[in-house]
Amino acid sequence: MSRNTNRLDLKKVNSELLSLTYGSLVSQILRDFDNTDEVNKQLERIGYNMGVRLIEDFLSRTLSPRCLDMRETAEKIQLAFRMYLSIQPTISNWAPTGDEFSLIFEQNPLTEFVELPQDLTNLKYSAVMCGCIRGALEMVQLDVQCWFVQDQLKGDAVTELRVKCLRRLEDQVPAGED
Amino acid sequence: MTIYNIYIFDKFGTLLYYAEWNRIKQSGITKEEEAKLMYGMLYSLKSFTAKMSPIDSKEGFLQYRTNKYALHYFETATGLKFVLNTDNASTGVRELLQQLYAKVWVEYVNRNPLWVIGTPVTSDLFKAKLDEFIKQSPLYSSKSI
Repeated sequence: MSRNTNRLDLKKVNSELLSLTYGSLVSQILRDFDNTDEVNKQLERIGYNMGVRLIEDFLSRTLSPRCLDMRETAEKIQLAFRMYLSIQPTISNWAPTGDEFSLIFEQNPLTEFVELPQDLTNLKYSAVMCGCIRGALEMVQLDVQCWFVQDQLKGDAVTELRVKCLRRLEDQVPAGED
Repeated sequence: MTIYNIYIFDKFGTLLYYAEWNRIKQSGITKEEEAKLMYGMLYSLKSFTAKMSPIDSKEGFLQYRTNKYALHYFETATGLKFVLNTDNASTGVRELLQQLYAKVWVEYVNRNPLWVIGTPVTSDLFKAKLDEFIKQSPLYSSKSI
C-alpha cells in the first residue's frame, strides 16, 4: 500500500520505451501465430481491452459529458491522442452523412524504428489503436468501426485511420424482478 | 456534517461496491434487494427528470433531499453511477464524487488488471483507500446523533 499519490499527474514516459515495448509485443505475437490475419485480430483485441479501461482514465481527467454528435467525438479522440501519445492527428475527410471521418497522423510513435519485412505486408502493425478507439467508444454507447486506409509503414505519405459510427447503443434498463 | 453510505453501480445496474460509515437505520431488507430498489429508483428518477425537464439539461438528475438527509448522484459518460448519502448540511459533494472517481476509482479499481469489468469490487486496497478518502474529506466527521 505504499503507492505514490503523485502518480495521478500525467507522467512523462519516453516514447522510445513505448515504441520498443510495443515492438517486442508485436514480434512475440508474430512468433506465436503464423497467420498474419490472426496477429491483426490479437492486436485489435488487446487494443480493445485497453480501450475499455483507458476511457475511464480519460473521462476522469477531462470530466467530459457524453458526446452528442460525431464531431464532438472526433475532437475528444484527438484530445485523447494528445494526452496519451502526445501526437495531434488532424481530423478530415468527413463523410457527407457526418458519421464517418479520418484521423491523419504525420508521425506515429508506435512505428518509430519499424520497417515491415516484405512477407508481412498484410500486418496491421498499429491495429492496437483501432481496437483502443473501438473499445473506448463502446463504453460510451457508441458502436464504431475503425480501420487503416493509409499506413506510413506501407509507403504512404501519412497514416490515415478511418472511424465510422455504426450505431448508438441504448442505455440499459434495470433488470426486472424475477 | 457527515457521510452515511455510498453505492457504486455500473451501467447494467450491477452493484459494484457498497460501503457505509455512520448509517444509523438499516432498511430491513437484504443488501441485494436494497441495491435493486435503489437502482430502480435512480433509473426512474433519471427518466422522469429527463422527460419533465422544460429545458434541455445536460446533466439531468443530480440529487434529492429529505428533511433528514440528501442523496447525491454522479454518473460518468460510461454509465458508472456513484450514489452518496450525506446529511443536509453537506456542500460540494459533487466535487467530492468527481475526485473520488478520478483519484480512487480509476486509480485502484480501473487500473487493477485483476478486477474484471462489471463484477463487484473485492480489492482490499480499494476498500482502504476509499475509507481513507472519505474520512479525510471535510464532509466527514463522525457526529453521533
